[in-house]
Amino acid sequence: MKLFRHTATAALLCLVLLAQGCGQPPRESSTPAPSDARTSQLEEILKRGTIRVGFDTFKPWAIKDRDGNYIGFEIEVAKKLAEDMGVDVEFVPTKWSGIIPALLTGKFDIIIGGMSVTPARNLKVNFSAPYEFSGMSMVASGTLAPGRDSLEQFNTPETTIAVRLGTTAAEAAKNFLPKAKILFFDEESQTIQELLNNRAHALVASSPLPANLAAEYANRLYLPLDDDFTSEPIAFAVRKGDLDFLNWLDNWVRVTLSKGWLQNRYHYWFATSEWESLIE
Amino acid sequence: MEQPRRPRPAWTRRIARNALTDTGLYLCLMAGMVWLLAEGTQQSGYNWQWYQIPKYLWQITDQGLAWGPLMQGFGVTLQITAVSMGLMLCIGLVTALMRMSASLVARGTARVYMELIRNSPLLIQLFFIYFVIAPILDIPAFWAAVIALSLFEGAYASEILRAGITSIHAGQWEAARSLGMSPFAMYRHIILPQAVRRVLPPMTSQAVSLVKDSALVSTIAIMDLTQQGRMIDAETFLTFEIWFTVAAVYLAVTLVLSGAARMLEQRDKTNGHDFQPQERIP
Repeated sequence: MKLFRHTATAALLCLVLLAQGCGQPPRESSTPAPSDARTSQLEEILKRGTIRVGFDTFKPWAIKDRDGNYIGFEIEVAKKLAEDMGVDVEFVPTKWSGIIPALLTGKFDIIIGGMSVTPARNLKVNFSAPYEFSGMSMVASGTLAPGRDSLEQFNTPETTIAVRLGTTAAEAAKNFLPKAKILFFDEESQTIQELLNNRAHALVASSPLPANLAAEYANRLYLPLDDDFTSEPIAFAVRKGDLDFLNWLDNWVRVTLSKGWLQNRYHYWFATSEWESLIE
Repeated sequence: MEQPRRPRPAWTRRIARNALTDTGLYLCLMAGMVWLLAEGTQQSGYNWQWYQIPKYLWQITDQGLAWGPLMQGFGVTLQITAVSMGLMLCIGLVTALMRMSASLVARGTARVYMELIRNSPLLIQLFFIYFVIAPILDIPAFWAAVIALSLFEGAYASEILRAGITSIHAGQWEAARSLGMSPFAMYRHIILPQAVRRVLPPMTSQAVSLVKDSALVSTIAIMDLTQQGRMIDAETFLTFEIWFTVAAVYLAVTLVLSGAARMLEQRDKTNGHDFQPQERIP
């Protein structure tokens, strides 16, 4: 019994040492930590031949088509970016609430996921120049909250708003509707379910989701506001301290905007419904 | 095969193997783990900001101490687990008795309930109750969470209680019946007091599971400890600091629970009147 105990302890010790050995990346001339600024991320990506992109599914930013492949505005942007860089693209789907920690710990190189620039996020990551703007809008339940047409009418203690946790929609709901009761869910589908179950008066999300919902459930839901009530810059997020990479991204955005490619694709995904047939 | 050993002074024999080697090995192991953790966090390049954490636990204001969001969430977690624990015991006991009853309907119902609950994930049960059942019956989120949790843990508790009850020696049942006790009086005075003592250790681990499983109620937008942690994480991205703190709070609760159960066990042992059947009668 004693022998067994000692063997077990020794084995555990060996395992820890082994794990330590394996956990370390090969040390090629004092490998810098991911946040180290001396070697650019850009160079690493070019050497590797693959850019790893972190994102989460948001319709129509990134969605799965019938065959299970990812399609959407962000997916096209990521593919175009990789093409212009001359590397392959590897998609790393990540839960939205954990996407920044995953970037910081090096699970992927860049977030291309319709991420709005916020001061709090900017304290942890660097943002490129904005390549698109996204607005918040609201869709309301026709049975629970009929006939409202302004934000003020939703800003009451009796009103319940459903939002997705960790999104700028959650922030916007807190800022614009401080008196309302706000429910935070992990998935967009749960906020929609809550609204359809008549347990929330309205749902706040980035356009065009509310408009799509109102069209899909025209007899139960409606759009109380004609326009988006915020306009938020959308940008690529990368780890801090890498000016080379950031400079490349900034100029990619400028060039691609000047060519009209980004505007063209944005129009396709956000203003038309031609792609709907791909996912049904 | 034991090697013949040179005789050693008595004190080294007693201490050397047990205390010194073991302590040494233990320290090596712990040092290895700490080193691993330190190296890992350094490699990841994560910017630790532990100084940000206390304000989420408590704040000193003009009115005195004010609990931060994490502690408020902790209060909700305590409420949910306390109510669920009571319900879990009730459901567990009823199911255990139903499974041992003579009625086929009672046995069948208890069996179906148990198999259904034990063989499906708690998260799905929670979603089912909150998104499907609750809107029809107009159950608030808090009670949907409590119902889901106590139904889930109750299925396990019933098996524990059943094992405890069936472990009571047949002689105890016979004695109770021969005294002309009603089934209620028999359970109340003879069977359950003994069974409760025996099921205390497994029931404690069930209660600990309940505390940990209660973290899942955050998915239905209840502001419990986990949900508060998620909210702060979403706003500040202090991911690791927040989650280590939340884990420490859960650990504290479960340790207190285990400690309380151990004290109860100890008290029972010193009181020492478990009616153990006397196998050898002089």
